[in-house]
Amino acid sequence: MATTTLGRRGRAVPVGGRRRPALRALLYLSPWLAGFSVFFAYPLIATVYFSFQRYDLFTLEPVGLLNYRYFLKDEAAWTAIRNTLWLVVVMVPARVLFGLGVAQLVTKLKAGVGFFRTVFYLPSLVPLVAGTLGFVYLLNPGTGPVPAILSAIGLPSPDWFGDPGWAKPGLTLLGLWSVGDLMVIFLAALLDVPKQLYEAAALDGAGPWQQFFHVTLPVIRPVLMFAAVTGVIQTLQYFTQAMVAARVASGSTDSAGSVFTPGYPAQSTLTFPEWLFHQGFRDFAMGYACVLALILFAVSMVFTLFLLRQFRGLAEEDA
Amino acid sequence: MRSSLLLAAAAGLAVLASAACTAGNETAPGVPSAGGTPNREPVTITMWHGFSADNELKAFDDALAGFRAKYPWITVKTTKAVQDDQIIQSVRGGNPPDVALSFTTDSVATFCKTGLFQDLAPYLSSSGIDTAVFPKVIADYTEYQGKRCVMPMLADTYGLYYNKKLMKGAQPPKTLSELADLAKKLTVRDKDGAIKVAGFNPSAQMYENVPIHTAPMTGAKWTNPDGTSAIGGDPAWKQLMTWQKDLVDWFGYDDLEKFRKTFGDEFSADNPFMKGRVAMAIDGEWRNAMIAADAPGLEYGTAPLPVADDKPQLYGGGFIAGTVIGIPRGAKHNAAAWELVKYLTTDTDALVTLSNAIRNVPSTLPALRSPKLDKDPNFQTFLDIFANPASTTLPAHINSAFNQQTLQEAQEAWESGRATDLDALLAGVDKKIDDKLKLTAGG
Repeated sequence: MATTTLGRRGRAVPVGGRRRPALRALLYLSPWLAGFSVFFAYPLIATVYFSFQRYDLFTLEPVGLLNYRYFLKDEAAWTAIRNTLWLVVVMVPARVLFGLGVAQLVTKLKAGVGFFRTVFYLPSLVPLVAGTLGFVYLLNPGTGPVPAILSAIGLPSPDWFGDPGWAKPGLTLLGLWSVGDLMVIFLAALLDVPKQLYEAAALDGAGPWQQFFHVTLPVIRPVLMFAAVTGVIQTLQYFTQAMVAARVASGSTDSAGSVFTPGYPAQSTLTFPEWLFHQGFRDFAMGYACVLALILFAVSMVFTLFLLRQFRGLAEEDA
Repeated sequence: MRSSLLLAAAAGLAVLASAACTAGNETAPGVPSAGGTPNREPVTITMWHGFSADNELKAFDDALAGFRAKYPWITVKTTKAVQDDQIIQSVRGGNPPDVALSFTTDSVATFCKTGLFQDLAPYLSSSGIDTAVFPKVIADYTEYQGKRCVMPMLADTYGLYYNKKLMKGAQPPKTLSELADLAKKLTVRDKDGAIKVAGFNPSAQMYENVPIHTAPMTGAKWTNPDGTSAIGGDPAWKQLMTWQKDLVDWFGYDDLEKFRKTFGDEFSADNPFMKGRVAMAIDGEWRNAMIAADAPGLEYGTAPLPVADDKPQLYGGGFIAGTVIGIPRGAKHNAAAWELVKYLTTDTDALVTLSNAIRNVPSTLPALRSPKLDKDPNFQTFLDIFANPASTTLPAHINSAFNQQTLQEAQEAWESGRATDLDALLAGVDKKIDDKLKLTAGG
């Protein structure tokens, strides 16, 4: 005998009949729910929990807000924040502009397009560690070929990865060298801009710059925004290049008594993820590392939401 | 329906949260069975170590050959080039090796405090081993708050290497003033002023010139008995850093850095001392083996580290540390693992075999006295430093690596001229170390 209940309009509706679609939806959603729970909700909750503990991977001790209070006076953490923001503000726009510029140049080529496309893309295939090692070697003031060439023609060369004032520009240079992945995306977007728009603009008397600003940029804006958002997120997680460059440039070794501090020289390349890693897996201050992880998560969210909001605003303007 | 879904989701998250809350509360390891392997049933144990150079691997294998002959029922499977991070993660993941060897003593406090390595007291007691077999200085870096969770397996001692040809007949310096004078005298520059050969590179960034190795030159202390920093309050650090800075300034910081960046890898044949690019260098006793392998024609001598002019009583001493070995929590074959640890740390022949091959200092008194130990004059210097009562070590500290990094950064800021007030700089070091102590160790 089927159980019935009264629906909103007084019609009899089988109970199972109303629940079934919801259960089915839940069933369909369950893979995502499982993934979300295991890979997002659980780590996030655990991170919040551990941030209130003194946790060395083996023993737990509640310490209230100690880890948060320590963050406020942790000079290295604030240096890392400043460095990371410097990279976000300088390196991300530089990479986007350079990638766009190279892509634009490639679209203008009459011959050898495939060759140049490959040449500009190749560096982004080089593993991060290998590329960084190569850069530090090439720019080494003592033995590097670049300073030697500059010196031979009477030009000075900075100590790229040894001078605190030049280390971040050195990393930015490395970021520009490996801009091929962005270049390919921009190239695809530029080739997709309808030619009729350029023709119409030209008929209206628009020059190359006006065509670029009033035709190209509006059309490729979604791609630009994608590049900016992913670039900001990647840069907030900047780790490998800074770690390898500092390690190699410092001449530090793994011998007993030789302790490597990321950020060489003078913490100028210390990024927030590096400090987080160092606290968690070198100093075993896992509770404090959780505080840093939560801050990184929150800042990434804020940046992303801000950029998406800006994008939405621009899109509405266009509409 | 919506409320029941929310309820279900909340319940799920609560379960996850409770799981998260228990992640770190693992059961403490029980007291392991110890006292040998009387049943002699075949067993295979795993061992992780940090050796990676060919000569080291061969020497270690030779030492293990002695173990295999003595304990044929125990098979040892080794994994090379392992670092502390990997050991810690393996224990955390519940799949550690039976025996693990660490190249640095910086993690000893962490190993012992967290129970990451098993307490060896029951093993030592059941095997009847008296730790007096180890020189006293070793106890400081192999124990933490009276708990021994690792054993010493060979020791490292630091002294001064000098190139006889570049020294032009000069005797190795005994004081910091003599070292500075000789360093200036032996330095050769190009026409453009660039350093071609340095008498001595005083930079704290130069390979083994790290503060733990140079501290014995002025008798500088790291910590107070309560674990807080003694660096700012000990004038010996100021004395050492002032001396270093004066000599760095004589070279010119930029010139010295440019010169340093032309050096090859420290542990390769391109080492600047082995290449004759520096006349004097601070280094470990193991450099003797590397010179024999990669620069056999080098005419060199060894001496204790020069000391502060007003502290002649320190001369003859140096810095001592070494390799440590233990049984991680969760090891599957404790008894067999202990046999291997015991053998590698107390068997005189094994220690002498390893010492003769890789030129590390044996870590037991019987091995130090063994007639089989090769004692050429250059190695004898380090044996003498090891035995000297003025020699010191860095006692196990929960923030050992952090403390060293903090001082190292301060030294770099000071010698480069970025920091100009040494008192304020060292006071800042104290503050950072003491704050960190509260974060990681309580108090």
